[in-house]
Amino acid sequence: MEKYFHSVRLEKEKCSGCTNCIKRCPTEAIRVQKGKAKILKERCIDCGECIRVCPYHAKNAVTDPLSSISQFKYKIALPAPALYAQFKMVNQVDKVDRVLSGLKTMGFDDVFEVAKGAEICAKAIAKELEKPGNRPLISSACPAVVRLIQVRFPELLDNVVKVDAPVEVAAKVAKEEFAKKNNVDISEIGAYFITPCPAKMTSIKSPLAKEKSDVDGAISILEVYGLLTGQLKSADAKRFDGVKASAKGIGWANSGGETFAVGEKNALAVDGISNVAHALEDIENDKLKDLDFFEGLACVGGCVGGPLVFESAFVAQSRVQKICDEIGFDQTVEEQAEEYADSGVATTKKQMEAVDVMKLDDDRMEALRKIQQIEELVQKLPGMDCGSCGAPSCRALAEDIVRGHAQEMDCVFILKEKVRYLAEEMVDLASKDKISEDETE
Amino acid sequence: MIYTRDYEIKKDDFVAAGEVSARIKNKLKQLGVDPALIRKIAIASYEAEINMIIHSLGGHMQLDIDEDSIMITCADTGPGIPDIELAMQEGYSTASDTVREMGFGAGMGLPNMNKNSDNMHIESSPAGTTVTLKFQM
Repeated sequence: MEKYFHSVRLEKEKCSGCTNCIKRCPTEAIRVQKGKAKILKERCIDCGECIRVCPYHAKNAVTDPLSSISQFKYKIALPAPALYAQFKMVNQVDKVDRVLSGLKTMGFDDVFEVAKGAEICAKAIAKELEKPGNRPLISSACPAVVRLIQVRFPELLDNVVKVDAPVEVAAKVAKEEFAKKNNVDISEIGAYFITPCPAKMTSIKSPLAKEKSDVDGAISILEVYGLLTGQLKSADAKRFDGVKASAKGIGWANSGGETFAVGEKNALAVDGISNVAHALEDIENDKLKDLDFFEGLACVGGCVGGPLVFESAFVAQSRVQKICDEIGFDQTVEEQAEEYADSGVATTKKQMEAVDVMKLDDDRMEALRKIQQIEELVQKLPGMDCGSCGAPSCRALAEDIVRGHAQEMDCVFILKEKVRYLAEEMVDLASKDKISEDETE
Repeated sequence: MIYTRDYEIKKDDFVAAGEVSARIKNKLKQLGVDPALIRKIAIASYEAEINMIIHSLGGHMQLDIDEDSIMITCADTGPGIPDIELAMQEGYSTASDTVREMGFGAGMGLPNMNKNSDNMHIESSPAGTTVTLKFQM
């Protein structure tokens, strides 16, 4: 397995070398070199912010094609709750039923809602909150946020709740139930996440809190959108046979939905990756030490705002709300979720490791020297943060120079200064030459 | 000292509050200091910075790093702490209502700085207060 698998990729031909992405990347993971953007693998957290801001659509996310499900004898679809909000379906009360049956007609043997996994996670998190320990506990649901913590806030890794993400729990339970019901071997079952987000794809390929993911692939919502829309139209309000998630699970698609499902009042939900970074900064400074639970989601609005969805985050957010109101709560689903949570299916054991991207050198004295060099360079650079050098700020360029990845001449202002100096030298030399010529006459 | 850096702190400069401690924190991350220690220094230096903005007439924060220790010296130009022992008590605060409305002034500044540093030393007179925070790496 690759050490740094990334779902977010660059399509070189489409990249114009502008500064939109380098400016918005929350981990300063993009540089423009030779007129093309370049993603720094060890820094990228796959939040997909660059996909959203690129005006040329040069950034995309690698996900699995729908055809990949044929690798397995039995296929289970794991739809993210954000999927339900992609379709208009006015005046239809059985929206979720239609989506689930629609998915089954697309080649899946069964469908298991990620929202059901979310309900199990909610119960497991509530139990973790009863135990004493670091506060606030930080949600592990958004893999981009967990990676942001690894890269920029490693000292908060101990606060991340030791509960798996809903899709992982859903995959595990779905496979177990399907194997038991149909008397087949688990290895013959493939579970595919219908995902709004590239970070989930990454966490399937290189999981954070376990050795191997229980999810076998991730298909983007955009990939199934067209086909599924067609299926919904032809579906005569087909009933989906099976237990469905309640509003508590589906609500996770919106920011704050997890907090509501967990039932923690002393909590804070923040969405949008730069907002989350600010909040984590506050947690780091102990300004939120009285808080019990922190839910941070990389996308504005929550998972409904993922880069791989069709509908606008705001439209989707309001639809999720409506669907939740229609479906309501379900005591049986919650009791079942409680049982699963008690069985430990959602608990993670693997300690997450910090990603050391900020450290300048393994040798502390050398690192100190480099810090000094950076400060000297920052003084010398114009401080305009124009991005023309390909780094997001003058300070970032100074760091790149000290790390050996860039040169002072990459700064257009320093270059201009140098050219001016050379031009003056030449004029000076030429005039001296002329004087000597005059003298010989 | 192998590395020294001086930062100016202005009285009532709430707009810039937290910037100096954020810069210090960033440097320690670049240095590769243990995350748990960074957290302690982040908390202590943030409290120190806010304290100077709220209570002092302004001054300087100095970061000193050598091979095995980190020192933060906060020196202001007054008005001094009349009773250091009282100021060290949790919950004791002289902050104004305006400051409290901003969410500060809970009387945990000095106690938190003390708790999160390996050694804290305070010297104070009406001409100014100097708080020295030491951390072992």
